[in-house]
Amino acid sequence: MKKTAVRIYMGLIFLFLYAPIIVLIVFSFNKTKSRGQWAGFTLDWYAELFKDRLITEALYYTVIIAILATLISTIVGTISAIGIHYMKGFSKNLLLNVNNIPVLNPDIVTGVALMTLFLSAGLRLGFVTMLIAHVLFCIPYVILAVLPKLRQLNKHTAEAAMDLGATPSYALRKVILPEIRPGIISGALMAFTMSIDDFVISFFTTGNEVSNLSILIYSMAKRGVKPTINALSTLMFVTVVILLLIINKRSEKGEELLL
Amino acid sequence: MKRILVSVFTVVVLLTMALTMSGCGNKVVLNVFNWGEYMDKSLLDQFEEQTGITINYKTYDTNETMLAKLEAGGSSYDVVFPSDYAVSEMIRKDMLLPLDFENIPNFKYVDDRFKNLEYDPENKYSVPYFWGTIGILYNEDMVDDPVDNWDILWNPKYAGRILMKKDVRDAMGASLKRLGYSMNSTNDEELRQAQEALIEQRKLVAGYYGDEIKDLIANGDAAMGLTYSGDFMELYWDEDADFSHISFGVPREGTNLWFDTVVIPKGCKYKKEAEMFINFLLDPDVAYQNAMTIGYPSPNTVALDRMRQEEPEAFELEAFWPDDEIIERSDVYVDLGEYKSIYNQLWTEVLVD
Repeated sequence: MKKTAVRIYMGLIFLFLYAPIIVLIVFSFNKTKSRGQWAGFTLDWYAELFKDRLITEALYYTVIIAILATLISTIVGTISAIGIHYMKGFSKNLLLNVNNIPVLNPDIVTGVALMTLFLSAGLRLGFVTMLIAHVLFCIPYVILAVLPKLRQLNKHTAEAAMDLGATPSYALRKVILPEIRPGIISGALMAFTMSIDDFVISFFTTGNEVSNLSILIYSMAKRGVKPTINALSTLMFVTVVILLLIINKRSEKGEELLL
Repeated sequence: MKRILVSVFTVVVLLTMALTMSGCGNKVVLNVFNWGEYMDKSLLDQFEEQTGITINYKTYDTNETMLAKLEAGGSSYDVVFPSDYAVSEMIRKDMLLPLDFENIPNFKYVDDRFKNLEYDPENKYSVPYFWGTIGILYNEDMVDDPVDNWDILWNPKYAGRILMKKDVRDAMGASLKRLGYSMNSTNDEELRQAQEALIEQRKLVAGYYGDEIKDLIANGDAAMGLTYSGDFMELYWDEDADFSHISFGVPREGTNLWFDTVVIPKGCKYKKEAEMFINFLLDPDVAYQNAMTIGYPSPNTVALDRMRQEEPEAFELEAFWPDDEIIERSDVYVDLGEYKSIYNQLWTEVLVD
């Protein structure tokens, strides 16, 4: 009795979480453009997707920006987290709170502020400004993901390593970093999703050269979002699922994680 | 792990470099800023092949977004596609360059009715791109009165099944026109009456929406809604689904006649090439192909005649080809100047009251 109740509850939760994605995937195979009517199966939207120069270009920029922003913010964020962890007292608290502000700040404020900053610095809005903006809003998430792992870290292991002759940087690389790796990975994943997700900040910090998927999809409001976007989302969803499966497989085997 | 990181990083750097390199050189790059999904994109390739000019095509969702982007600076655009009232606002703010019509000989194909309109009285800055009306999209199975007047949106019989467009100009405009006033009214008393009517209508309205109205009515979730003629045309041209029960009525009292236009904003780097592109869009073959893809009536007379031969049934539709009388009685939106904020204020009060 209790078991079936648990199962039903779980089923409902998963249905709630995945129903939108399932509908989205189903409609990517729908012949008609209009949502809410089924007019037969087709793969046309998938074919059209790769012919559409706007979508392919936006996808390209979305992925490049996300990868670069993830790499940079993960490195910077991890170093900052280690720094903050070894600070003490008032300045540590201050920095922790300062780090939280960008997370709590509404995106639109961050976006407008960054745009004003870039323009007053005489920068041309484009790829570079958008990348800087993405790195900027990703860093606090990395720091927040890494700090708890540092707190769990037994501080004596690093000390022991150095007692045994390791240089501080060797101890960092061989003792501290491997210990906090799960935190770094979840920080990087978080940064990656935040970057792919972002519309508001990207919108304000990009110029006439670069546009990402969220900006492109948003601009379709006048004439309605085309099912090519459903097709693209389906492909992205499938890619993410496959990646997760590979990562899980590898970690089950006890091998090193992919990243 | 390190190896993977390094290789990912190298690939990314190489890709970025390849990209920035390709942007260099002396090639002319024309920055075109248009509404999303509002052009047959194969035409861009065609123009690039014909002229050797590269087009950097970007899209926006509303006039306001486009204006904000242009006013912010930091990047420049050569060709943009504002609607009527946005054109007059841009003229007022001195944001546009006058067009050199010697470089746009194909302007002669534009229907004379669509030249020198209120938003650009001397037709110095803009060329019409597409046009249409706003009206009432409805489900024939759910509405048994004739949909040819604004009053039907206030008919209690359809309470809870009426959708309104969440747009200050369209909602206020419909209310003003219903009372017999201009959609560009700047008379405080007229505006007050229009607002009162909208507040009164609220209890009948199922919701205020944007582009969802089309889908909600097509799916039978509502009986009728205020929306653009273009939304109906989308459903009409859809060959794969059956929307024969969906119709579009244009009120006899007159409505809004909207125009999307092509202009060259200040800050344009390649004016001559931009004019070449505008001329290209007005070429009868190009205009015809574009209009057939988008499904709106072309202001280009030659292209339109060809459309008439190809799709005579569309010209029977009020949504596509409204009567001349209705056009006579209709208004084109103009920039409201200081009244813009009064409209916004009145409309906000309707929504929150």
